[in-house]
Amino acid sequence: MIGFRTLLYKEMLRFWKVSVQTVAAPVLTAILYLVIFGHALEGRAAAFAGVDYASFLVPGLVMMSVLQNAFANSSSSLMQSKMTGNIVFVLLPPISYVEFFAAYVLAAVVRGLVVGAGVMLATVWFVDLRLEAPLWTLAFGLASAALAGALGLIAGLFSEKVDQLAAFQNFVILPLTMLAGVFYSVHSLPAPWAQLSHFNPFFYMVDGFRYGFFATADLSPWTSLAIVGTVFFFVSLGCVLLLRSGYRLRW
Amino acid sequence: MAEGEFFGLLGPNGAGKTTLINVIAGLVRADAGSASVMGADVVAAYRTARRMLGVVPQELVFDPFFSVRETLRIQSGYYGIRGNDAWIDEVMHHLDLTAKADANMRALSGGMKRRVLVAQALVHKPPVIILDEPTAGVDVELRQGLWQFVRRLNRDGHTIVLTTHYLEEAEAYCSRIAMLKAGRIAALDSTANLLKSFSGSQMKLQLDRSRLPDGFPGEVVSQDGAVFVLKLGDFREVEAALARLREAGVGIVEMELQPPDLEDVFLRITKGQ
Repeated sequence: MIGFRTLLYKEMLRFWKVSVQTVAAPVLTAILYLVIFGHALEGRAAAFAGVDYASFLVPGLVMMSVLQNAFANSSSSLMQSKMTGNIVFVLLPPISYVEFFAAYVLAAVVRGLVVGAGVMLATVWFVDLRLEAPLWTLAFGLASAALAGALGLIAGLFSEKVDQLAAFQNFVILPLTMLAGVFYSVHSLPAPWAQLSHFNPFFYMVDGFRYGFFATADLSPWTSLAIVGTVFFFVSLGCVLLLRSGYRLRW
Repeated sequence: MAEGEFFGLLGPNGAGKTTLINVIAGLVRADAGSASVMGADVVAAYRTARRMLGVVPQELVFDPFFSVRETLRIQSGYYGIRGNDAWIDEVMHHLDLTAKADANMRALSGGMKRRVLVAQALVHKPPVIILDEPTAGVDVELRQGLWQFVRRLNRDGHTIVLTTHYLEEAEAYCSRIAMLKAGRIAALDSTANLLKSFSGSQMKLQLDRSRLPDGFPGEVVSQDGAVFVLKLGDFREVEAALARLREAGVGIVEMELQPPDLEDVFLRITKGQ
């Protein structure tokens, strides 16, 4: 257990030591999104009755930040360690692959939640935000950060170079978050797109997370949480199996 | 490799020294066969095996986010050890790192980073220590300090496995040596035996005539006029050779003895002789 705790501590210390880049920068990005889109789309019919657009946007932005930062933490940490070679310090000690998985994913969850909380704190002053069901907010925050962290670990395992990881981030994570209903309600989309959005696991995270704020969403939060949980289970299983096989870590 | 040994692993680049180390350390999976550390199989009982083993990697790797002390504390934690500061201080002292304890890894010179790598391999007091070319690109002072420390560890009962390109280091420190060539063991024996059987001593003699007396012991390696280079099994043969020369009335103009040299062994073996 000490091995796991040390690896978790080291992963958290890593991002905390460069917190300007890993925490402050994404918070600023989210504020820019809010200011620009909130202003440009001001007065648009909001998805939910009694909720203005900027208020609708904030939970989406928070969730987007959680996802992107949890993904970035595990993926870039692992890939950097592989590239610089200092991954041997983790591979030589008696740390099991399950401990390895848990430490990286948990550190990613912490980074995702810290950035998410930062975005919320920074944006809450601009909008009239309610938090009607905070437990749902927390549940979706945790589950989503964990899923993104596990995806990041897989991406980090696959990637041998910076551009491979960037491709993963730009062609998979970014489109999936952007098309998850961060900036709009998926139900306002025209025919094929609304249905197609239901194949995007990130949609359920944003929708469920938003339920925590407004107690209303496109889907029941139970449905969304079940789907997010199932996806997390299979992604984690895949990730743990890859780690057990030593894929691109132990040749 | 036996317990308590100071074992040398030599061979040309690409012979498989680092691959062998990586198999023992669990960084590479063996295609066939098995390896164990102090009786613990490196795959089936990897936790025990890895706890027994400290590896100083060949590459100068470091984590740029941390200071020397943080690096060593974290490494201790990976091995399940907390509150390891007394031992960390001792290791840093022996490796002359104390003054740099709170410096960031990025700020250290190459030689200092190498010392931290050695310290990292020792945080959990492993009974078996593998040093993969620990003195590559390291100045004389550190090399001597390092060897002093490693010999002390060996005297205290730690098994040391060493790969190096500096043959004089292997000759000076290793009690037994394996020479690898293209992934196979080309020679495996005590350092003394290797030197004797592959190199042997040589005696250079300049005589007052260009012909050796009949029944002269020792094998002639080369002859240039009255200068002979002879191969000797051991130094006792010198006496017999000189006695034979005296009997035959041959005069010696000049004589030189050349001790066995590991470099000679290395070159013979790697060239396939």
